[in-house]
Amino acid sequence: MPDLDFNAQLLLYGTLGVLTLASVIGFMLAKTVKGDAGKRTIDNLNARTRAWWVMAIVFAVALAGQLTGVVVLFALVSFLALREILTLTPTRRGDHHTLFWVFFVAVPLQYYLVRTDWYGLFSVLIPVYGFLFLAIRSAVAGDVTCYLERAAKIYWAVMIGVYCLSHVPALMTLNIQGAGKMQWELVAYLAIVVQMSDVLQYVWGKLLGRHKLAPKVSPSKTWEGLIGGIASATALGSALHVITPFNWWQAALMSLAICVMGFFGGLVMSAIKRDAGVKDYGHLIEGHGGMMDRVDSLAFAAPVFFHLTRYYFGVP
Amino acid sequence: MRGGREAVVHSAQKDGMLSMVSTLIRLITGITARWVGTDPVDAAGRAAQRVYFANHTSNLDGPVIWASLPGLLRRATRPVAAQDYWNGGAVRRFFANRVFRCVLIERKKVTKSSNPLAAMETALEAGDSLILFPEGGRSTDDSGEMGPFKPGIWHLAKKHPNVQFVPVYLENLNRILPKGDFLFIPLMASATFGSPVPFDADKHVFMSSAREAILKLRRRGYACDDPEPSILERVEPTDA
Repeated sequence: MPDLDFNAQLLLYGTLGVLTLASVIGFMLAKTVKGDAGKRTIDNLNARTRAWWVMAIVFAVALAGQLTGVVVLFALVSFLALREILTLTPTRRGDHHTLFWVFFVAVPLQYYLVRTDWYGLFSVLIPVYGFLFLAIRSAVAGDVTCYLERAAKIYWAVMIGVYCLSHVPALMTLNIQGAGKMQWELVAYLAIVVQMSDVLQYVWGKLLGRHKLAPKVSPSKTWEGLIGGIASATALGSALHVITPFNWWQAALMSLAICVMGFFGGLVMSAIKRDAGVKDYGHLIEGHGGMMDRVDSLAFAAPVFFHLTRYYFGVP
Repeated sequence: MRGGREAVVHSAQKDGMLSMVSTLIRLITGITARWVGTDPVDAAGRAAQRVYFANHTSNLDGPVIWASLPGLLRRATRPVAAQDYWNGGAVRRFFANRVFRCVLIERKKVTKSSNPLAAMETALEAGDSLILFPEGGRSTDDSGEMGPFKPGIWHLAKKHPNVQFVPVYLENLNRILPKGDFLFIPLMASATFGSPVPFDADKHVFMSSAREAILKLRRRGYACDDPEPSILERVEPTDA
């Protein structure tokens, strides 16, 4: 175990404290809440908290493994998220080999480029070469039924599930003015702000939620949850500026961008689920649904946070 | 309803190996079993003797249904499979005989001595359940339509009135490993188990209601050119 600096200890004990608090509150609620609907909510809440413990531990282990650890974790996350989206995508026999390239070439190659810090190719591999090649591969197979629809949906899945998510480990390759390459700090910062924004929107929504925000797309989202969640997660993000290259107000603006993008990520991925007539992308994480259900907000926030940081704080 | 001498001599070690194999199959194919028409076991924890019959699109179909069953049922259930495929090579033979305990049947040169029904009946008489694909071969249709059923299923139902005939709709296996391809794609499969189909003395009536029973379990609107929207299991979303 390497020596943990002050910031690392702050985050580690902070996370342990929050999770312990959540477990204790969940335990007390389970004892006091009556009624079937209430009990179901509390059961789901406690299942979510248990899953958070597991996710926090996995994440901490990956961070301890530095760039390689985070690259491996997110390559795996991409693989599982992709599996869930593509299962719901109506592809045909003619896409079989295209999908093989997606799973077994696009995912490893994109994360290899992160690991080797090859920014030039990392940023265009999927948007340019993937975009063209995947369409070509399906056309070569010769099935024209719904061709453009299939090609577009596969490309979309790869953009969200691989390209966007790969920006999380890529944060560790950014060369920051005055700080050089950060270790785990930016990745942990992004993950904490985006996930706490999700959690706080859920909590505020459950406590005060009255006015539905998008009843058709995501019936549980409310204005109260959105405003309360984003405000409190932004405040948290501002307070956490000590682990970042930002000062307090810069961190607040970064957090705001992360929270807003995260919110829209959840909304967009919900719209896809509703269209497909399913509740969740999968059942991998107890209480949360599938992998894609958990990382939808992260996928949308990561590229924006990456580029804001690169533009304003990177070495030109 | 544990059947057959083989089932009895299973050692704990072999049980461990089998549940490892089935866990691996579930992990790789992401198979989810949905029991919508009947419970896998009754309130007393007993399972009826059954013939699970399903649409056939991939060589993985038999092993996947087998792996998706609860352990208690799995140990007494044997996939019916083509001899020419599963006897081709030592590895396949090992899995067919030792792991899945397939009832291997002759498809090509059927004679009196290699009557496929005889092998299935022996297994049913020994108390085992079967996994059967009444189309006989795998369909390659993109929309998942099934081919016509072979009449063997009716003969089995006639001779074994106490056996339940449970329809199973397998989804996505043709996308994971389609017929005629060797590349495996890690999508998630699902198996939907429906209500047992009652026997009918009229062969054609029974076969068409059996076929309909599978089609009814299909989630419509799945294929991109499917006219109907896909709303079979509309659940109120509760995401955060």
